[in-house]
Amino acid sequence: MVLNQLLASLTDGLLLGFVYGLAAMGLSLIWGVMCVINLAHGSVIALGMFGTYLLFSQTAWNPYLALLAVAVVGFLTGTAIYGAAVHRVINAPHLSSLLATFAVNMIFIGLGTAIFTTSPRNLDYSLGSLQIGAVIFPVTRLIAAMAAILLTVALYLFLFFSRPGKAIRAVANNRTAAELMGIPTSLVLASSFGLGTMLAAVAGGLIATFFPFTILSGGPYELKSFVICVLGGLGNPLGALLGGLLLGGLEGLIPTFMPVSWVPTVEFVLFVLVLVLRPTGLLGAR
Amino acid sequence: MTLWRRPGLWIPLILVFLWGLLILVSGLDSMREVTFTLMMFATLAASLNILLGYTGYVSFGHIVFFGLGGYTGFYLLSQRGWPLSLAAVSGGLLSAAVAGLLGLAVLRLRGAYFALATIGINEAARAFISNFSPFGGATGLFVNFSYYQSYGGAGRALWLTFISLWLTILLVTVVSYGVKHSRFGLGLMAIREDEDAALVMGVKAPQAKTIAFVISAFFPGIVGTLYFFKNGNVEPGDAFQLHMSIETLVMIMLGGQGTVSGPLLGAVTYQGLRGYLLTSPLFKSLHLAIAGLVLLLIVLFLPAGAIGWLRQRFQGLRRFLE
Repeated sequence: MVLNQLLASLTDGLLLGFVYGLAAMGLSLIWGVMCVINLAHGSVIALGMFGTYLLFSQTAWNPYLALLAVAVVGFLTGTAIYGAAVHRVINAPHLSSLLATFAVNMIFIGLGTAIFTTSPRNLDYSLGSLQIGAVIFPVTRLIAAMAAILLTVALYLFLFFSRPGKAIRAVANNRTAAELMGIPTSLVLASSFGLGTMLAAVAGGLIATFFPFTILSGGPYELKSFVICVLGGLGNPLGALLGGLLLGGLEGLIPTFMPVSWVPTVEFVLFVLVLVLRPTGLLGAR
Repeated sequence: MTLWRRPGLWIPLILVFLWGLLILVSGLDSMREVTFTLMMFATLAASLNILLGYTGYVSFGHIVFFGLGGYTGFYLLSQRGWPLSLAAVSGGLLSAAVAGLLGLAVLRLRGAYFALATIGINEAARAFISNFSPFGGATGLFVNFSYYQSYGGAGRALWLTFISLWLTILLVTVVSYGVKHSRFGLGLMAIREDEDAALVMGVKAPQAKTIAFVISAFFPGIVGTLYFFKNGNVEPGDAFQLHMSIETLVMIMLGGQGTVSGPLLGAVTYQGLRGYLLTSPLFKSLHLAIAGLVLLLIVLFLPAGAIGWLRQRFQGLRRFLE
């Protein structure tokens, strides 16, 4: 009985963990490539939620079809953010890029609050639920987890085996040298920012298929993404996915041992400890 | 005394002194409330500036010291019946002690990693306090109304908090100036420009950074106690608001990081702007977006802030604007 309950909460946590990992991947990519911590990450996740929601409720698109549109818009938005806010401060001290992306965050949240208010929304969409053994879970969560795995593999293949992906990694390694080798670094940086934003928006859209949300919902996922990036190391999609699984698993398991309100304490203490003791991440190189 | 011939110190000091005096003489409750908020943010900004502006370390979770110090001070005065002044100083000392301990570990991180760690610390502290039963857990603590009687009623108690805050902001201005013009402060600025070079030149960077962190944590602790005493209650949601931390950063950027009067000016301007946007019917719902746009424009085009820009533009002003 106890084992069943443990198994159920672990599965629950792990399924969610895949989506956490996907959300963190966007942050990790941007951080790894240009050393910019994108503080607009949370608001982009929230915009992804609202994009999916609006397409579903206004035009009755299938949510997964809507996700494709969200991905395209997310990519364009990301390149626009890069051009408007990040490009000028990319070589300035950290504070400048942190504050610039935070300013973007404020603009998005401000506009979002004005348009959508902060009342909770809900995507009224269900595909039933699935039972395996004693564990029952909604199909939407399973699809979200599978989409996360698929995107991770796609991103991995893209980064390591395609020409533009190699360019991105070259720029991450050494921007000046990459520029000297004839790689258009500004273009690469802009598209990396676009990719990171796209991943965040898609993760938001996937979350929206099973959790209610408001325009402020991105914040907690942004904090979780920080934790995951630190756990998994930077710039590596597989690391982000594993970090996400670790965090999701913890979130699933901790409540069976202690009150659920202690979860954030454990998470953030772990976060600070890993940062101090192993800043390259648990899975990071060197 | 050469100190008497330094207008960079006396101009902000006299202005802040006259400002507080004006409110005291006027005796208006509404003015006092508005000024309290302004002075609170000005003190927070000025103390964070010691870490951010002089040392170059970005702390996103600096509000954790406001929360922890505020909680401690509030606990001492509401549950243990300590007088306000003693409780406030204890809150400050606790914050400073926590900063000292944390600093030893966290200040080894540089740049963005340090900024992230401070966010983590703030969230961990909030989650911990929410579960910590002596501090009332998620519901927090509140002060028994009869406590105000020992100060001659709630009205007098509020004026007392105002005066205490006024003294604190004067003190933080003096400390900020003192640090900037000391050998210690020069060491901090060397760390800001290039930490490795500073180490090579004989700056004891780990100690210097930790001391700067401790100083910048002391004042938020005092301010926290005063603020929660004024409100009459404290709860985790109010005490560890990440966005308050970030607003403080915005204020410093607005006024000019690494200057003495910049954070004060920035705090007053930002709060004033926000108050205007919030009350104007046209911008009411968009105030956050507009504040974000202003911040973006400052970061992109005026990174030195108002005071920094004036100092660059008009050399003659440098003596007067620190």
